[in-house]
Parts: sequence; C-alpha cells; structure tokens
Amino acid sequence: MRYAMAIDTKKCVGCSDCVVACQTENHVPIGYCRDWVVEILDGTYPQLEMEIRSERCCHCENAPCVRCCPTGASHISDGGTVLVKPHKCIGCGACIASCPYDARYPHPDGHVDKCTFCLHRVQKGLQPACVAACPTKCMYFGDLDNPRSDISMVLKKRKWKTLIPEAGTNPQLYYLI
Amino acid sequence: MNEVTIISGRMNPRVDPHLEIWHWEIPFYLFMGGLAAGILFFAALYVLLNKEDKYGAAVKITPHLAPFVLVVGLLALLLDLNHKAYFWQLYTTIRLQSPMSWGAWVLMLITPISFIWSAIHIRTVFPNWEWKGILKTIEAFLVKQKRAIAWIMLFSSVILGIYTGILFSAFNARPLWNTSILGPLFLISGLSAGAAMNIIFSKDHAARLTFSRIDLMLISIELFLIIHMFMGFLASTQVQIDAAELFLGGPYTAVFWVLVVGMGLILPAILEILELKKYKIPVFVPAGLVLIGGLMLRFIIAYAGQESRWLY
Repeated sequence: MRYAMAIDTKKCVGCSDCVVACQTENHVPIGYCRDWVVEILDGTYPQLEMEIRSERCCHCENAPCVRCCPTGASHISDGGTVLVKPHKCIGCGACIASCPYDARYPHPDGHVDKCTFCLHRVQKGLQPACVAACPTKCMYFGDLDNPRSDISMVLKKRKWKTLIPEAGTNPQLYYLI
Repeated sequence: MNEVTIISGRMNPRVDPHLEIWHWEIPFYLFMGGLAAGILFFAALYVLLNKEDKYGAAVKITPHLAPFVLVVGLLALLLDLNHKAYFWQLYTTIRLQSPMSWGAWVLMLITPISFIWSAIHIRTVFPNWEWKGILKTIEAFLVKQKRAIAWIMLFSSVILGIYTGILFSAFNARPLWNTSILGPLFLISGLSAGAAMNIIFSKDHAARLTFSRIDLMLISIELFLIIHMFMGFLASTQVQIDAAELFLGGPYTAVFWVLVVGMGLILPAILEILELKKYKIPVFVPAGLVLIGGLMLRFIIAYAGQESRWLY
C-alpha cells in the first residue's frame, strides 16, 4: 500500500475549501493550518502565467523529518503516511526545521502537528477531508500500488511534477500540470 | 518575474513568514556545549600526554567550569522544548540518523564525567577537602582510573564539539546550514573557546603562551574553514548562493564580518601575536574576544539559517 495525492493545477481555483475542511475535520487550532493554497504568478504583463495549487505535507518517502526526530515521534505509518505521535514528541522543533516545504508547525499543546492524509477517515473507506470537500474535484487520493486506482490512472495519463524533487525527499504529493 | 503568494493566508506562528522555531536557547546551548567540549578536551589531552604538571590549570582548574557550563547549557536546551514534560522520551531510544539523539546521549555520558573530573580534582579549589565514607573509596578508585576517564573524555568531547555543528548541517531544508563544514567549524570554535578559558585560568606564563599559540593555530583553521564554507556555497546551487548572499551584502553582512571575523577572530589573533612578541596584553582581552566571537558565530548561523530556504 502506498497512499499518494494528486492535485490538478488546471482545475484548482484557489477557493481554500480544502483548508477550511481540514481545519474543521482535524480540530486544527485557530490561526494554524495543515494545508494551504499557493498562487504563483510568472512572467510580466501581458505574458503572464498563473498556477494555483493546494499544498500540504508531501508524505515523503525519504522523509527528513523522520530521520532527524530524536525520539521516533515522527514516523512512517500505514501506506507510507508520515505521522507524529504527540505523546512521544518533545517539541524540539528539529522536524520543523528539516522540512523543505514548511509543512509542520508547533501545536499550542506543545507537540508538533501536520497533515495526516486523514488516515482516520481513509481507514474507514472515506476520502481525506480536503479531497471530499473540493468543489472542482481537482484532487485525487488513493493507493499507488494498485494500478487501477484513480490516482495511478491519472498519473499515467497526465503530465505531473512534484515540489523540490532536488531536495531528494521523494514526495508523494503530485501536481498535474 | 515570479511572484508567489499564499492566498489562503497561511501564517503558522514560528513558521511564517520565515522559520523562527529556534530562538536564543539553541545557539546559547551550542556555545556552552562547544566551550565544555574545548575545556574537557584539553584536560584529557594533557593527562594522556603526561603533561599534567606542566599544564596544571588546564587539567585541574579550568575543568571545574565544565559541569556548570554543561548544566546551564542543558537548562537552556530544556527551556527550548515545547513539550518539556516529555524530554525523557529522548532516552527511550537511540536513533543513529538523528544528530539530536547523538547529542542527547553524548551529553548523558559527558555531563557525569565532567562532574567526576571536578570531584577528583576538588583539592585544587578546596585544599582541605576530604570525601567521607564510601565516597572516599570511590574517589580512590576513580583516581586510579584517571587515564581511562581521560580517554572517554577525549572522544566524547570531540563528538560533542562536532555534534553542535552537525545539528545544523543535517538539515537540507535550510541551505545555509546544509554544509558539512559546520561540524569542524563549530568543533574548532569550541576548542578555541576552551583554549581561551585556559589562557584566563593559567597562572604560569609559559603555559599561557602555549595556549596563546594553540589558540592562534585554531583561529587560523577557523578562518580557513569560513573561507572554505563560502567557496562551497558560491560554487553550489542557487539556494546556497542565496544563502551565502545573506552574509555577502545581505542583512547579516555587518554583524558576521565585524563581530565574528573581525572582533572574534582577527583582532584576538593580532593581540595574541603581539603577546608572543613580548608586548604586554591583558590576557582577558583576546580570550574574552574569542569567547564573545564564538557565541556570536552560533547566534548568527542559527538565525540566518532559519531565514535561508528553498524557493519553489
């Protein structure tokens, strides 16, 4: 099993519904977020190109946060998801500094918090909250080990990229371009 | 032109707009760790070289500082944790890939050793001190094992000194930190701080001059490593070139070149050369400058590193 997510940058309109859905589902403390929307404007007028995409933890295969964690609180869980055990986390901040995507934040309760790919929903057969809430259906989530899953099919059919592949993290969050 | 906007307004405290996860506690602790490593390194070295009598201060007086330095550093480290009550989780596992885990375990080794070293040399401070009962037997045993303790201290102090730099260099997410030079640089800077303490505490003029010579050599190595670090950055990828720019025209240019390189390395080196040329220089001036320079180096690297990042 290898969970992954793909986001269609051609369909995303940047409504931020995924952000609010995540905050509601995961009781994210006010003022914080586990996912966010980025708009990139490239070029000079009138030759402008824009890309909008929803970002979150990339659940990297070679996760620097897991490597640098001194207690094993950050770990790789079912389907390759990167999770934090709050009762093992000492709040040292090493994983926050190690993430090239800045996808982690210090939770006011002391431990570190981040996107979980909504594993608690996925294990019940549901989609992650952000995917379920997306009004343009631009997000795909599923198992890469299953060649017939939606995500495997869409990654075969479409061109895609990952963020900062040169950081060597092997991210499992794909952007369809 | 490339403009990146986070339209959902991500403003996670201590992460946005740029990382501020580590404040004064971490660089302060790294300085204290490096200083303790330097002090204990010289103490162990001169015992193993059988020069204990010639460099009495380095073996028997300066090391009394080490337990205090380590404890204060550890308190700063504890203060930095966001989940303080869980700090003991560090000692439930050994994670070889995590520099912080290495650091936690080496501190677990070197802190008690620094106390033991201080205890067996307590008579240099309190000449009439007598350990009582079982402590006396333990002391007699430890004094016999002094060379073994010195060997452990020598190795663990080098690991401690290197680890204070590797802690930063292991993060490829922060291009300024992601250079393996930081390990040796912080080790040498720690040893230099240790030598500076020995210059202050040595009563014997010959020993003081030896430490001035050692410090002069360490300062030259440090300067070489700093130049090497920038050469490495400028020959590397765009993100590391951007990181180097923080010091080459960017916001950290003045503090780094004036406070660290100028006042923390070059000025004390000149003063030490003058001292070797038999000019009278108050010892605490070059030594104090070296110590302040070492502290500033860690502060600047810690803060600037958190401002350097990948752009995508």
